[in-house]
Amino acid sequence: MKLYLKYFSIHLRSAMEYKSSFFMTVLGQFLMSFTGFLSVWFLMDRFHEVEGFTFSEILLCYSVVLLGSSIAECFFRGFDRFPQMIGNGEFDRILTRPRNEIFQVLASKMEFTRIGRFLQALLVICYAIPTSGVIWNAENILTLIFMILGAFGVFSALYILYACFSFFTIEGLEFMNIFTNGGQEFGQYPFSVYGKWILRFFTFVVPLALCQYYPLLALLGREGSVFYRILPLCSLLFFLPVLIFWKFGVKHYKSTGS
Amino acid sequence: MKQYFTFFRIRFAASLQYRAAAWAGVATQFAWGSMLISLYAAFYRANPADFPMEFSALSSYIWLQQAFLALYSSWFFDRDTLDSITQGTIAYDLCRPVSLYWMWFWKDTATRIARAALRCMPILIFSAFLPAPYGLSLPADGVSFLLFLLTMILALWMANAFTLLIYILCFYTMSPMGLRTLSTTAIEFLSGALIPLPFLPDGFRQFCELLPFASMQNLPFRIYSGDLAGYEAVFFIFLQLFWILCFTLLEQLLLKRALKKVVVQGG
Repeated sequence: MKLYLKYFSIHLRSAMEYKSSFFMTVLGQFLMSFTGFLSVWFLMDRFHEVEGFTFSEILLCYSVVLLGSSIAECFFRGFDRFPQMIGNGEFDRILTRPRNEIFQVLASKMEFTRIGRFLQALLVICYAIPTSGVIWNAENILTLIFMILGAFGVFSALYILYACFSFFTIEGLEFMNIFTNGGQEFGQYPFSVYGKWILRFFTFVVPLALCQYYPLLALLGREGSVFYRILPLCSLLFFLPVLIFWKFGVKHYKSTGS
Repeated sequence: MKQYFTFFRIRFAASLQYRAAAWAGVATQFAWGSMLISLYAAFYRANPADFPMEFSALSSYIWLQQAFLALYSSWFFDRDTLDSITQGTIAYDLCRPVSLYWMWFWKDTATRIARAALRCMPILIFSAFLPAPYGLSLPADGVSFLLFLLTMILALWMANAFTLLIYILCFYTMSPMGLRTLSTTAIEFLSGALIPLPFLPDGFRQFCELLPFASMQNLPFRIYSGDLAGYEAVFFIFLQLFWILCFTLLEQLLLKRALKKVVVQGG
């Protein structure tokens, strides 16, 4: 942990070296996710509700997913450029060091510009919390925190999974974008909106719905059971197969030789 | 003219090499299109009266958009071109007896068409077999189809004009990053890539339709399904021509000015 903080401060200082470029990119990130917000707003303004969810209820879901994914993108960005790390032999160097590989890849890059997205999500959740009609007792606050944690966990695991594939393909996989970018884009709405098959997929295969649809029902008082509230924590089990796959990948890793 | 055709051919052949990537792209686009259509179907169920276009027209719009994503993609920039401007290798290009502008134009056109050609067929065929309101339907009528083909080409020209504008502005700013993010964000939203323009609130929508952004994918995809037809369609085609003309002239002017005082450091 101490080492990670050290890396953290190095990355932060290096990002601050180019201040104007940094703030331009932050602004860009903010605007980019702002257009996403606008499209949710315009659609909800036109149709008023979707699958029984109102605008502020959707916004709660939207901001949870955006918060989780922007934190994950900030810290797990190293896995995004993992294909290049394999390509240029950087991973070989990592393997020779006496530290955990995941830790080293994790610490190799941090993308602080995602704060633009994060801020936008924060603004939206500040609007959604009072207007969604949820009674904010201790139980519900805890559920909301679980939801954000869960979303952060699932997106982080997805980034690692993305990196795992490149053990075998060397190149990045555009296919994974359905889950990473797609999860972010389509997770704006509770997954029940897309029909039961897609809901099942995002429940049992990529457990993103566990962090938004089910606990949201509990928050809105439509499902009483405590089980729905702890589901976001269950989504963290997704790390298990991903980590096994990672170990498998490392074991079968052949250097590209450059 | 011949030399531009050669640029086109070389770039086209090079871009056709990435076939594995294209298959992954097809799978991604197909999943993406299905998700979008399920989303709009949910909105349709919630409030069918407020749906601004026929559902089948929307499905066609989304499938065409997924199939021809590479043709109008706002995030496509030729790395080599941008590097040549910021790093000075542009000096070599300036020695060539061709117009810089049209060389860039044909290179980019080739990349866009090659990428789209590799991806579009499987998506178009798959989506044509989907059940009625969710799949790609036939064009509204013969005239619509012809106008669709015409506006497809003009829209590609327009998309290229935007990319070239960024290249040229890069002479002035010397750092493409900020410009790229801004133009991508604006194009994604205002050209109907994020949500089709008819879904925008009234007033704002009419305003957006007049902007040059609307002359890209918005126009051909809506003409195809008959959402835009008759005088309205003709009006927007003339608007499209007008914007292309404006952009091309303005860019030629800007480029000429930039090249007059371009300084290439030695090394």
